[in-house]
Parts: sequence; structure tokens; C-alpha cells
Amino acid sequence: MTAAVFFGCTFIAFGPAIALFLFTIAREPLRVIFLIAGAFFWLVSLLLSSLVWFISVQISNKESAAQQKGLLIFGVVLSVLLQETFRFAYYKLLKKANEGLLTLSQEETMPISIRQLAYVSGLGFGFMSGAFSVVNILADSAGPGTVGIHGDSQHYFLSSAFMTMAIILLHMFWGVVFFDACEKQRWWAVGAVVISHLLVSCLTFQNPEYVASLVPTYVILFLMGVWAFYSAGGSLRNLKLCLTCKDKDLLLANHRPR
Amino acid sequence: MNASDSDEDIYNERSALVRSESPALPSYIPDSDLTPPNGTPTKRLKAGISRRPGAAAADGGGSDPEVEAEEEELTLKYGAKHVIMLFIPVTLCMVVVVATIKSVSFYTEKTDQQLIYTPFTENTSSVGRRLLNSVLNTIIMISVIVVMTIFLVVLYKYRCYKFIHGWLILSSLMLLFWFSFMYLGEVFKTYNLAMDYPTVGVIIWNFGAVGMICIHWKGPLQLQQAYLILISALMALVFIKYLPEWSAWVILGAISVYDLVAVLSPKGPLRMLVETAQERNEPIFPALIYSSAMVWTVGMASPNETQRSEPDEEAEQSDGRAEPPSRHSRLLPEDEMEEDRGVKLGLGDFIFYSVLVGKAAATGGDWNTTLACFVAILIVCVPPWTAPPLCDLKHKQELLKTVSPAAAQRHHEHPDDSFINPDCI
Repeated sequence: MTAAVFFGCTFIAFGPAIALFLFTIAREPLRVIFLIAGAFFWLVSLLLSSLVWFISVQISNKESAAQQKGLLIFGVVLSVLLQETFRFAYYKLLKKANEGLLTLSQEETMPISIRQLAYVSGLGFGFMSGAFSVVNILADSAGPGTVGIHGDSQHYFLSSAFMTMAIILLHMFWGVVFFDACEKQRWWAVGAVVISHLLVSCLTFQNPEYVASLVPTYVILFLMGVWAFYSAGGSLRNLKLCLTCKDKDLLLANHRPR
Repeated sequence: MNASDSDEDIYNERSALVRSESPALPSYIPDSDLTPPNGTPTKRLKAGISRRPGAAAADGGGSDPEVEAEEEELTLKYGAKHVIMLFIPVTLCMVVVVATIKSVSFYTEKTDQQLIYTPFTENTSSVGRRLLNSVLNTIIMISVIVVMTIFLVVLYKYRCYKFIHGWLILSSLMLLFWFSFMYLGEVFKTYNLAMDYPTVGVIIWNFGAVGMICIHWKGPLQLQQAYLILISALMALVFIKYLPEWSAWVILGAISVYDLVAVLSPKGPLRMLVETAQERNEPIFPALIYSSAMVWTVGMASPNETQRSEPDEEAEQSDGRAEPPSRHSRLLPEDEMEEDRGVKLGLGDFIFYSVLVGKAAATGGDWNTTLACFVAILIVCVPPWTAPPLCDLKHKQELLKTVSPAAAQRHHEHPDDSFINPDCI
């Protein structure tokens, strides 16, 4: 049971993300570097928010459960806001770097476009966020033990894995939408991203009612996915062309004559 | 229109994964708000990459701004490629160390045995005393390292190559035979595998002998890299086991400071070592440096082969082969340049990063700490190592351009295997 659960949960949580990485990012060194840099930015944001939470827990009343719960909610909200702030900071840094590269190379083009950077940085955020959510759980799932032996839910590992997958994909979609909104100065879209992130994180307070937290999360995931697809320049027409292998641009880019 | 019958190419998901040369994704709805027109990068970059074979033969330099611009872009991709070439071995080394720490309990067991370099014990009653002991241990360890480094530099300066070779051979013998034997024993104990001495003897003999040959003489590049990663991991594991807790962290901090001082300051021993090696146009000893590209070659061109102090047999071979490959290299100057260059990272850094991550993995049961250390090291510590070769490359290109375009072109095709430009560090 333990090896099956371990591998199953790992693949559920990281499968789509690793597939995306292998097929679109692994071959391009520049994208890999920006992915890891994105992961680092998320890490720094988590460090800051955990520092604040840790200090506030130390000075709080450790006996009162209500206060601890309140502190947890405060911690989650702060963490989400800090993550989005760091996403914005990463966007600014990448814009500056791109401008610097442009002036350096005296060309009008960049080696990596801002849309690719949006995708890659979103995925980097997602990887790190997902890893931090689920890696300890995976490590425990490999060892001896019984889930929920004291009366808790038996679906803890599985629902954590599904939640992680949703979070990783959501981070990627948020990255795409966020960068696009910043490029076009659509601040309402930025606000929508922040609010949806807050919504998803606060939904987890419903746990262990996993249905109540997972289903809305997946609905939001689907909606954000559609939004990201459209903001990245996709459309129904493109989708149809791509799926029926008639898309000239895509084929040209892959050196396929048609 | 529906030409699927006459079309020979099959567009399935396998062929769709063929990496296209253009990095910019084509935009279906060209957005006028976004700055770069997406059509041009494709052409531009393709022109940039295919420029080399064509232009190398045709014009002796092309139009300057265009050449320079393309070079800048290629330099960026080149730099990125080399960062990845360092990410992979550093990651592998850390993975080996963390996997061992988490599974083989031997390396995390508390032991009263300590290295002679850290004589002060940490089993003291008061916190202050423990801190004092760890600082003293650090001072002793760092002074041992400094003395050894200066000794090595002095020996190198006075050309006592045999002594240095003997020293390096002795230390790699110890690592490849004794430490790996210990490691294998502990792994067998952890997984409760029965094994007899003759089998272990054969395994360790083969492992060690091939390792000695690969590291100190010749061997396939990837095998040499694998062995260097393995001995760095073994060394890091020994440090993690035998360095007491607080001393380890203080030593890590002190070593990073010392590293900066030794490499950047003009009188630093490491810098002097590198400069002397550059003056004499010799590569640094193979057992100390991880190189991501071939340095010695039998069959691949590098005119500097003949200048190395190698056995006569190889000198004859490389003399004979220097000519045809250099002609061959004129056709593919880009491959030549990228393969000969590579990027180098000292083994000490491998060990240092692995000790850091390993200690993080050993100290807490938490995987988050380990992951955080891993990502932080990859972003903060690894990219600076690609700066010297890049700097060197650009420096040389600019210098030669001012002298003569023909010389610059020749440089493109036969870059010498110099290591670090001290002005760029």
C-alpha cells in the first residue's frame, strides 16, 4: 500500500507539471534558469511570510485555539498577498532585464518573450509551492502507518495530492494572466488574480471537508485556464486548427511543411 | 488541400516535440500592444545560428553592428547553456548526498569520533562553551586549509609537479578505494544485503581502478564527470559525519568568506594558482576541477595539445591529428568553440554545496528545508561560475577585433583553452 500510495500521489501531484516541464522547458536553458529563478522568488516570499507568522505566534497566547486559528487565517492571507507581491516584483525584474538586454543587443527582439517568461515563472512558482505543500506528506506516505487512525479522514494523502496539482496549474495560469494584465495595464485583472488566489487558499480552511474545498478549486482552475488560454492569444479557431494539425504557424515553427 | 496522402511527414506528438530553433512562440493574434513583432525573432535567430558556417567562410567579419548584436544574443544563450551544464552535476551531487543521508543512517549517527582538524568537542554543558569550541574548530580548520593551499601554490610555482601528482593520486586513492568501501558497507548494512569479501573486493577494485584512470589519465568525459561527482559526494558525506554540528555551520560560513578572498584578492592563493597556470598555458590538475567539456583530446582538435606536459605517445598523436581536425573545425566553428570551452567548477565547491544541503537534510527531518537550500544554492552560487569564461570570451573577441578582423575570425575557430581571465573575476 505504501509504495503505491507514494507513487500514486507523487504522479497525481506533479504529473502535469513535470510533463509541461519536459515537453516545453527542459530543452531551453534560458527557460530553465527563469523557472528556477521563479521558484526562488516564491521561496523568498514564503520565507518572509513565515517569519511574520512565526513571530506573531511566539507573542500570541498559545492556549487559545480561536486565537491560533485566527493567526492561521492571518498567516494564509499575508502569505498570499506576499506571493502576489513577489510575482509583481519578478515581473518588474524581468521587464528591466529584458530592456537591458534589448539595449545591449541593439536589436528589436528578445531571446525570450514576455509571454514565455510569464508561463515559465508561473510554473516555477507552482513547482515550488506544490513541492512545499506536498513533499513532507509524500515522505510520510512511503513509510509505515495508517491514515486517519484517530478518526480523521482517510483521504488525506489523495486529496492533498489533488490539491497540489490544482495549485501548481493555478500558479501557472495566474502567472500568464498576471503578466499579461501588467503588460496591458489592466489592473482589474491583477486584482482578480489576487482575489482568486485568496479564494483558493481560504477554501482549504474547509478541510477535512475535501469535497467542499476541492470541487470549487477545480472549477476555479478550469475558469483560470480558459482565461489564461485567451490572454495568451488562443482562441477556438486556433485550438481547432492545432488539434486537427492544420495550423500553419505551429507547423512552420516545427519545420513541418504542409 | 487535404494532402495527408501525399504528405510523407507524420505529424504526431513525437515529431511535434522536435525543438524548433525559434524561441519565440508564434502569436496567432498579433497583439499590437506587446512590443516585439513576433515574426522577426524567428528569422533573426535563425540567421544568427546559421550565420557561423556561412559567414565564417565568406566574409571576414560581416557588418559590425549586426555581427555584434548576434554575438550578444549568442553569448546570452551560451551563458545560459553553461549555467545548465553546471546545474546538472551540482544537482546530481546533492541528490546523491541527500539520498544517502536520508536512507543510510550511518552518516547521521552521533559519534564521539572527530577529525583531527576539529579537536574541540561539542559535548559541553554550556552554550557559550560550545560556541567557543566551534569557533576554535573553525579557526583550526580554516588555517589548515589555507596552509595546504599555499603549500600547493608554492609547489606549483616551483614546478614540483611530481610531488603534486603524488599527493593528488594518494588522496584520490583514499577516496576511491577506502571511502567507497566504507560507503558500500554501510549501504549493505542499511538494506540488509549479505555480501562476501571476494565480491566486494572485485567491485571496489574495478570501481577504484577505473576511477583512477578516468580522473588522472584519460577516459570518456561523462565517466570522468561521474567519478568526480561521486568522489565529491563521498567527501561531503565524510564531512557531514565527522564534523560536529555547530562547527560545520561556522566552517561553512568561514569557507565562503575565504573562498571569496582567495579567488578575488590579487594575492589570494587560488588566484595565483590560476594565473600561474594561465601564464604557462597549462590546464589545472584534473583531480581538482570539474570540467563540463573535453580538455584533453585524442582526435578532437586543440592546437594547445602539444604544449601540455603529457606522455610522448599522446603528444605524437595530437601532433599528427592537430592539422586535419583544425581544417574540419573551420566548417563548424560554433561546435568547436562550444565544445572546447565548457565551464569549470572546482571540486571544493561541489563538496561545499553538498555539505550545506546534506547538513540541512540531516538536521531537520523536514524536506522543505532541504528543498529550500537546494534552490537557493542553484540560484545564488552556481551562475557566477559561468561569468569568467563568458568574460574571457568577450574580452578576447573585443581585443582581437581591435587588432584585426581576420584575427578575430581565426579566434572564433581556434579558441585557446585558457581558463580564467583574472581581470574578469
